[in-house]
Amino acid sequence: MDPDLALLLNGIVSGLLLGGLYAAAAAGLSVSFGMLDVVNIAHPAFMVLGSLIVALLWAATGLDPLLLSILLTPAFWALGAAIYVAYHHFFERRGDEAIQGLAFFFGVMFIIEVGLVLAIGPEQHFVDAAYANTTWRLGEIDLPLRMLVPALVSFAAIGGLVLFLRRTFTGRAIAAVAQDREALRLLAIDPVRIKRLAFGISIAMAALAGGALVVVQPVDAWSGHVFIGRVFAVVIMGGLSSLGGCVLAALAFGVVENVTASFYGPSWSPAVAFGCLLLVLAVRPQGFFGRTA
Amino acid sequence: MKDISRRDLGRLALAAAATVPATARAQTAPSGPPIRIGYSMSLSGGLAGNGRPALLAHRIWAEEVNAKGGLLGRPVELVHYDDQSTGAQVPGIYTKLIDVDKVDLVISGYATAIIAPAMPVVMQRNMTFVSLFGTGVNADFKYDRYFSINPAGSNVKETFAKGFMDIAMAMDPKPRSIGLVNLDSDFHQRTAESARHLARENRLRIVYDRAYPPSTVDFTPIIRSVQAARPDIVFVGSYPPDTAGLLRAASELRVNFQLFGGPMIGPHITAQKMQLGPILNNLVVWDVYAPEPTLQFPGTQALIERYQPLAARENTDALGHYVPPLAYAQMQVLEQAVRRVGRIDQAALAADMHANQFDTVIGPLRFDAMGEWTEERNLYTQYQGVQGNGIDQFKKAGTQVILYPQRYKSGEFRKPYTAGA
Repeated sequence: MDPDLALLLNGIVSGLLLGGLYAAAAAGLSVSFGMLDVVNIAHPAFMVLGSLIVALLWAATGLDPLLLSILLTPAFWALGAAIYVAYHHFFERRGDEAIQGLAFFFGVMFIIEVGLVLAIGPEQHFVDAAYANTTWRLGEIDLPLRMLVPALVSFAAIGGLVLFLRRTFTGRAIAAVAQDREALRLLAIDPVRIKRLAFGISIAMAALAGGALVVVQPVDAWSGHVFIGRVFAVVIMGGLSSLGGCVLAALAFGVVENVTASFYGPSWSPAVAFGCLLLVLAVRPQGFFGRTA
Repeated sequence: MKDISRRDLGRLALAAAATVPATARAQTAPSGPPIRIGYSMSLSGGLAGNGRPALLAHRIWAEEVNAKGGLLGRPVELVHYDDQSTGAQVPGIYTKLIDVDKVDLVISGYATAIIAPAMPVVMQRNMTFVSLFGTGVNADFKYDRYFSINPAGSNVKETFAKGFMDIAMAMDPKPRSIGLVNLDSDFHQRTAESARHLARENRLRIVYDRAYPPSTVDFTPIIRSVQAARPDIVFVGSYPPDTAGLLRAASELRVNFQLFGGPMIGPHITAQKMQLGPILNNLVVWDVYAPEPTLQFPGTQALIERYQPLAARENTDALGHYVPPLAYAQMQVLEQAVRRVGRIDQAALAADMHANQFDTVIGPLRFDAMGEWTEERNLYTQYQGVQGNGIDQFKKAGTQVILYPQRYKSGEFRKPYTAGA
């Protein structure tokens, strides 16, 4: 195979795998920011919290890190629901969610980061999944399981979430609360309860993303900073409340980053990826799958 | 002669008990107002992984000095604030330390990004400043009271990558091409410039020369592009999270380079050593210390033996081979200068530091006019025979052999680098 073609194909494939990680990181935010209109800037910090708890549990039990992250989701759901109760009580109920709510989640982010340093130290933590050192080869194409398995798990989790949102009454209520919360009251549904449930789901998705992240790379308390810009860009590019759009945008982001890094150098990757975001928003302000107002 | 009665004997014993320890206390216990040493230190944020071990080494030094009677008979006190690994915090911290806390002496926190923002404040107050792991900080300031605890020396461009190139050019057959990869950071730009300069001097063809941003998540495209360029040797400059990503990618892509490494900061940290395990085999890494018999100085082993149990208790870097020896030496330089001068006099301290040699746990040091070491000591080490992920193998000689400089050489270079394959 022509070396440039092999480089291109590998750039695309590795970009898709990287996109799987971005999708995992952004899916929860798509629920909280896209559907609930809660600007949870601390979402990547919750992901890192999940990563570090998984790393500690892995060191203690030796269980697969992705399995551990799935086991963590109920606890993270409860944490998310509790945080939403506080957020709603102090900000949303009073109509102060715009700036004060953003400040609240900034505060949550710093508390998580400092708390992690105090509890487990500033060092990087890692896991060594059984498959992490294996790479499948399809001709000239490399498929490192370190990237492939987390990507597949995140796609499966997002697929399950999409089914839940489309096929269940509660799921449809979550989708509805994003559009018209007062209409829900006419159906005798408490929108606050639905938002609490949905915000819990978004934080549970952060736990899953944390499991994926710590398989891919070592993690410290501040590893989430790298993802803040990316996950918001992915959610906006995908169309805010569309999980399908979120996945597509995440894959596009990963492919653009890696193909650019392969051919033009890694310094250009973020600039080109965010340039593509601007281009998409210029042509389609509502994102890939967003609805126009 | 009058016989000593039993009562007299009792009085004598009481007097001895009261006076002898008092005399001993007068010789050992420091008294008076403390000598306060102020600095910022990264105890949170990205640099905390090295900032916390540095602080632990400083505390060990302070306890030892105070146990031996203090400095100039006064106790030493460390006054430090967390800079959160953010350079923007640093000027305010040093302003407070000097103007409000009225510290007697100042030193720097860890790394170039923290040292440089402190310089204007320190220079305005004419304080003597001993820094830790700053590379080329004083090249622009040219402050005559700046002293650096960093082995890079003052001529980074000519000397930093020399060890790497010397190892490469001693290979048979000689390499003909080189790939350069570095993080977009001040330190790594300087080191890449050194490699670029020396590659040209050695007539090596540079077939890949790219920097990557700190926000990079996936390093596979970088390693694959380097592979596609087919260099014989690869010089890489990276910080810990990136180093793990680069080496993982190298392992997944089954790289085979005659020589691979450089200032890849990462395996210096114990957790990363253990994580990477056999992937480290034959990696050539710039370092400042390795537990080899050729690099032992008075006090080195004692410091590490004192550090390790404390580090385990405080949940910080377990081995302490990277920052702690240099952080301790930073304090030794200050201590020896103060003892020689006999008072806290910033100008006299700086003059003493320029004029004299310092005996430290990292060996004898002398400073040049720029405050850098007169003799650079960039170590190039190679990991050999790493098996599994256990910590004990990294405590003993032979696992991280020193290849350069010749005077500390403890093993022979092995090639190629195949990332554990």
